[in-house]
Amino acid sequence: MGKLFSNKQKSILLGPLSKNNPVVVQMLGICSALAVTAKLEPAIVMALSVTVVVAFANVIISLIRNTIPSRIRIIVQLVVVAALVTIVSEFLKAYAYDVSKQLSVFVGLIITNCILMGRLEAFALANNPWDSFLDGVGNGLGYGIILIIVGFFRELLGSGTLLGFQVIPEKFYEWGYVNNGLMILPPMALIVVAIIIWVHRSYNADLQEK
Amino acid sequence: MEQLLSIFVRSIFVENMVFAYYLGMCSYLAVSKNVKTALGLGIAVTFVLGCTLPINYLLENYVLKEGALSWLGSEFESINLSFLSFILFIAVIASFVQLVEMIIEKFSPSLYASLGIFLPLIAVNCAILGGSLFMQQKEFPNLGEATVYGVGSGIGWLLAIIGMAAIRERLEYSDVPKPLKGLGIAFIITGLMGIGFMSFSGLKI
Repeated sequence: MGKLFSNKQKSILLGPLSKNNPVVVQMLGICSALAVTAKLEPAIVMALSVTVVVAFANVIISLIRNTIPSRIRIIVQLVVVAALVTIVSEFLKAYAYDVSKQLSVFVGLIITNCILMGRLEAFALANNPWDSFLDGVGNGLGYGIILIIVGFFRELLGSGTLLGFQVIPEKFYEWGYVNNGLMILPPMALIVVAIIIWVHRSYNADLQEK
Repeated sequence: MEQLLSIFVRSIFVENMVFAYYLGMCSYLAVSKNVKTALGLGIAVTFVLGCTLPINYLLENYVLKEGALSWLGSEFESINLSFLSFILFIAVIASFVQLVEMIIEKFSPSLYASLGIFLPLIAVNCAILGGSLFMQQKEFPNLGEATVYGVGSGIGWLLAIIGMAAIRERLEYSDVPKPLKGLGIAFIITGLMGIGFMSFSGLKI
């Protein structure tokens, strides 16, 4: 029985989850990683949307990689990505209207999410469609993990809820526990990501900058 | 006039692209290592924002919005093309950046040499597309307000990246914990600057 994934493909798929994470290591796609994470639900929806768009954009660009003239490749890439994002955005409006309202302009901003351009330029232009698909899924998930961690802590500490359900018991509030309102505000997202980077790099000393 | 001033000040300080919406973070973090290049990129971004926003405003109001095509005749009134806005906006931005690149290359090779690598990057700077998408959401009543909003957001971004670059130049000499070096500390500083900028949030003109 042939293996579904070769070793190389396994590392393409799983590398971005930690060692090669798009957000905390490659520094890509930070804009939207921060803006949509005040609550867990939009963070999850955003992670899924980005994964879908990266994976399919990678496949499409990889399929036509030999026919794109290199001078206009950025515009070709942008058009492919914009078309995919339009589909995702219309889909969200139809099936998850509330979340799509919360995400507002950030769905559209997936187009300029650096993960897309970065992966298209660095990977899809030089690899076959199946590898590119795995690379897209891997990077989408790596991005998603960070979003979900940040969203988890910000919603838990900022509103005391998870996915809208009350997690911190009423008793705590009677004893004087107060939600940390600062967590919902924009600047704290940056600081939470910084803490993730700190922890991640403490475990992976080879990633530290000189 | 007061309305314009208010939009201008709000877009620079209160709704700062970087600190309130985290737009353009990628190039913000990558290019803020010294003040000179940060200034160059900031000016280029301001210029592109100031030019693409009015173009996209016209597109939005005369082509894309529901009923926007009514100037072609009454049979076009019910057409709503707003689902095309992402593609059209990004096409305008990408072609405009290409145009700016060619013009600068032709007329000022020295500026081109110092900005060269960053110019194509502007097309994928989220702040530019973000500006257009916010413009679409805010539904400005006229072209002037949209333009002022574009220029204001650009200047806000410029301020943020210069501030960041200046701090990072000083940071070279400080003793940062190893795992936080580089990216980590840059995030924390941006967060602190963001908290600082929040003090403008009550600003009214």
